[in-house]
Amino acid sequence: MSDKYDVVVIGSGPAGYVAAIRAAQLGLKTACIEKWQNSEGKGVNGGTCLNVGCIPSKALLDSSYKYHEAKEDLGTHGISTKGVAMDIPAMLERKNKIINQLTGGISGLFKANGVTALYGTGKLLAGKKVELTANDGAVSVIEASNVILASGSLPIDIPVAKVDGDLIVDSTGALEIGEVPKRLGVIGAGVIGLELGSVWNRLGSEVVLLEAMEDFLAIMDKAVAKESKKIFTKQGLDIRLGARVTGTEVVKGAVEVTFMTADGSEHKETFDKLIVCVGRRAFTDGLLAEDSGVQLDERGTVFVNDQCATNVSGVYAIGDLVRGPMLAHKGSEEGVMVAEIIAGHKAQMNYDIVPNVIYTHPEVASVGQTEEQIKAAGEPYNVGVFPFAASGRAMAANDTDGMVKIIAHADTDRILGCHIVGPSAADLVQQVAIAMEFGSSAEDLGMTVFGHPTLSEAVHEAALAVNGSAIHIANRKRR
Amino acid sequence: MAIEIKAPTFPESVQEGTVATWHKNVGDSVTRDELIVDIETDKVVLEVVAPATGTLTEVLKGEDDLVQSNEVIARIEEGEATQPAAAPAAKKPEPDVQVADALVNPAAKKLADERGIDLSQVTGTGKGGRITKEDVVNFTPAAAPAPATSAAPAAASAVEDAMPAGERVERRVAMTRMRSRIAERLLDVTQTTASLTTFNEVDMSALMGLRKQYQDEFTKTHNGTRLGFMGFFVKAAVEALKRFPLVNASIDGSDIVYHGFQDIGVAVSTDRGLVVPVLRNAENMSIATVENSIGEYAGKAREGKLSIEEMTGGTFTITNGGVYGSLLSTPIINPPQTAILGMHTIQQRPVAVNGQVEIRPMMYLALSYDHRLIDGKEAVQFLVAIKQLIEDPAKILLEI
Repeated sequence: MSDKYDVVVIGSGPAGYVAAIRAAQLGLKTACIEKWQNSEGKGVNGGTCLNVGCIPSKALLDSSYKYHEAKEDLGTHGISTKGVAMDIPAMLERKNKIINQLTGGISGLFKANGVTALYGTGKLLAGKKVELTANDGAVSVIEASNVILASGSLPIDIPVAKVDGDLIVDSTGALEIGEVPKRLGVIGAGVIGLELGSVWNRLGSEVVLLEAMEDFLAIMDKAVAKESKKIFTKQGLDIRLGARVTGTEVVKGAVEVTFMTADGSEHKETFDKLIVCVGRRAFTDGLLAEDSGVQLDERGTVFVNDQCATNVSGVYAIGDLVRGPMLAHKGSEEGVMVAEIIAGHKAQMNYDIVPNVIYTHPEVASVGQTEEQIKAAGEPYNVGVFPFAASGRAMAANDTDGMVKIIAHADTDRILGCHIVGPSAADLVQQVAIAMEFGSSAEDLGMTVFGHPTLSEAVHEAALAVNGSAIHIANRKRR
Repeated sequence: MAIEIKAPTFPESVQEGTVATWHKNVGDSVTRDELIVDIETDKVVLEVVAPATGTLTEVLKGEDDLVQSNEVIARIEEGEATQPAAAPAAKKPEPDVQVADALVNPAAKKLADERGIDLSQVTGTGKGGRITKEDVVNFTPAAAPAPATSAAPAAASAVEDAMPAGERVERRVAMTRMRSRIAERLLDVTQTTASLTTFNEVDMSALMGLRKQYQDEFTKTHNGTRLGFMGFFVKAAVEALKRFPLVNASIDGSDIVYHGFQDIGVAVSTDRGLVVPVLRNAENMSIATVENSIGEYAGKAREGKLSIEEMTGGTFTITNGGVYGSLLSTPIINPPQTAILGMHTIQQRPVAVNGQVEIRPMMYLALSYDHRLIDGKEAVQFLVAIKQLIEDPAKILLEI
């Protein structure tokens, strides 16, 4: 017997579960299929983000930061500390508790909204039917008026450093490391590499990041990327750019990594643990039956239009499965958009104003265009920069690394981008993102009253600096 | 001694007028020849000045009241000029920019205030229709008629108040007398004439070349009068009207009245509406005289000082939407005339000249005509004649 639903969502990560909840709120009969099982074999929702991504990594980042602060940074406040120690299992236990709380929360939300939670592997058949293989093996077919594919992504495997789950791990494994590695190698100095590298660096590891690209954080605004690299290097992260890994070998309980640098020379480094985080790929394995009709594009992601509709009418795809930045909130908003479209509303997503954050300390965050992108487009622009070193609040918090950079169009003063490295960068960038949603000019932000003393004031001053009227730093002379 | 202030003598065709604006209140002192009140008729605003110095003691007609020709409307007690009165009656305060602030970004409002931009004219491109600073920066006002220097702001300025942007509000304003009359006449024209429009285009390069060549000499010789296009168009029209007398004629009942003269009306836009002062016997006017007269009329029209005589009659009208950017239009006939020529904007366009593509400054011409009197053939040939005369101005001179 097949059940019929208005909407069947495959995947309950941040894209899928949000789509399911929204669809149910709009009165659609919705089911959400999830194949993830926790260590006890129980089906849990939340996808990568909740289980092995955003949430656990943030938990470890905060724990490790507090440890580092307690050990190294309290002296300047007049606090002396002794015997500060990190109980790794306890740290991991706290992380797991948070994960459980949140994944449980999602099934609670499903119940509250009337979403039918199904556990097993979902596969899209022809004619908008979904084959469900339950975790106990039972197979059934569900009929749907609409299907939303939200199966997310997986870490990319590279043959030169095959993950063995022991000495060579991926990001998932990196969240379960049971003791502080003396020397930690990280292949890939992107968001995940920097975050995970930071965690273990704070806990005492010697961390070396091997990045194949010549530029650090190549897609970020160059000025902010440069400043960030300085800060992370000062923290002890050894970042090697232009370092392409050519092979790994497990030798005597350690990993020997061979890599080539830009000048063509070969190097070897040995690590006690190696994390491979070179990116993620859309997870389409076993998702689509041969005759489902859904097309993939050349990068293996599901091909969709601006409204996340695939080439099959009534089938949508969202989140890491489709084009665009692999960010949880991007997937969530796509989920909301699709649910609303299915319910007959006009819905659209603004892909131009999607903040993105690296949760190191200080945080690195950005929204909108980088200076390089604006320059390449030939648009005239003005830049305003305010360093946290000039912020009273940052000084009081002893957290003065970094700056706020705001870019506005030279003729219309419209804010085109904001890039921040510094304390609470994520929350500060959000303020500018909101302003940008309303077509704010730099002057508008400059005219807004900001509380004092706050970190937000750095945003205010940077906005004023765009047009040469910053108060708390000398304004650059305009040519 | 009490002196009566009377409404002026209205011309025969005007039955009654309306009191438009009182510039003085009861008790105000007035000096001789000082403006007391404006009376509006179908076509013009007539100013009534104080015949003597004294105090305004009685006002017998309020604003919007009807007055007959020569009717007594106020009284003055002659005497010494007393202290100047308080602010003139019914002076409207500066209209606030009534745009819902919630839909205008702060910097946008600031910039608009600084630049004197009326936010109700600006299209908001921000979220929910908000006007952003970018919108104000990019705003270019539509080509507007010359600023009004009319002495009667009150009734007309009500229309200038900004409508709140983005709200579905309505405001009801009574039509001014002049506007009602215009509305009536235009409706009448469309209902009683068989109006059609024929089009053509004219290559303005010869005329523009001529103007460029002789502008300085012309201006010097004719005491500062500048050489425009209207002088040529009027002369061309006159020449064409001579060849096609039907286009210069009017219908009166069941008679056709052929005029042995060409009185060319030239349409002028004012903020009270369109008025058409007439160049009498244009066939006898030199180009300099035409240019001069048009300039004078335009000035008077904007100040509301055109007399009835200056606006009646006319055997043919020329209107120019080109100054506002109009590319092509179908002008409406000015009764009892039977045709009207519409000039438009000059646009550089690729055209075929002797088998080659060249960029020429082209202007579309439109001739609306009353088919009851003028047949298609006449209308088309008339317009072709104008085209040929303009494209080769020597033909005007040589009458060929």
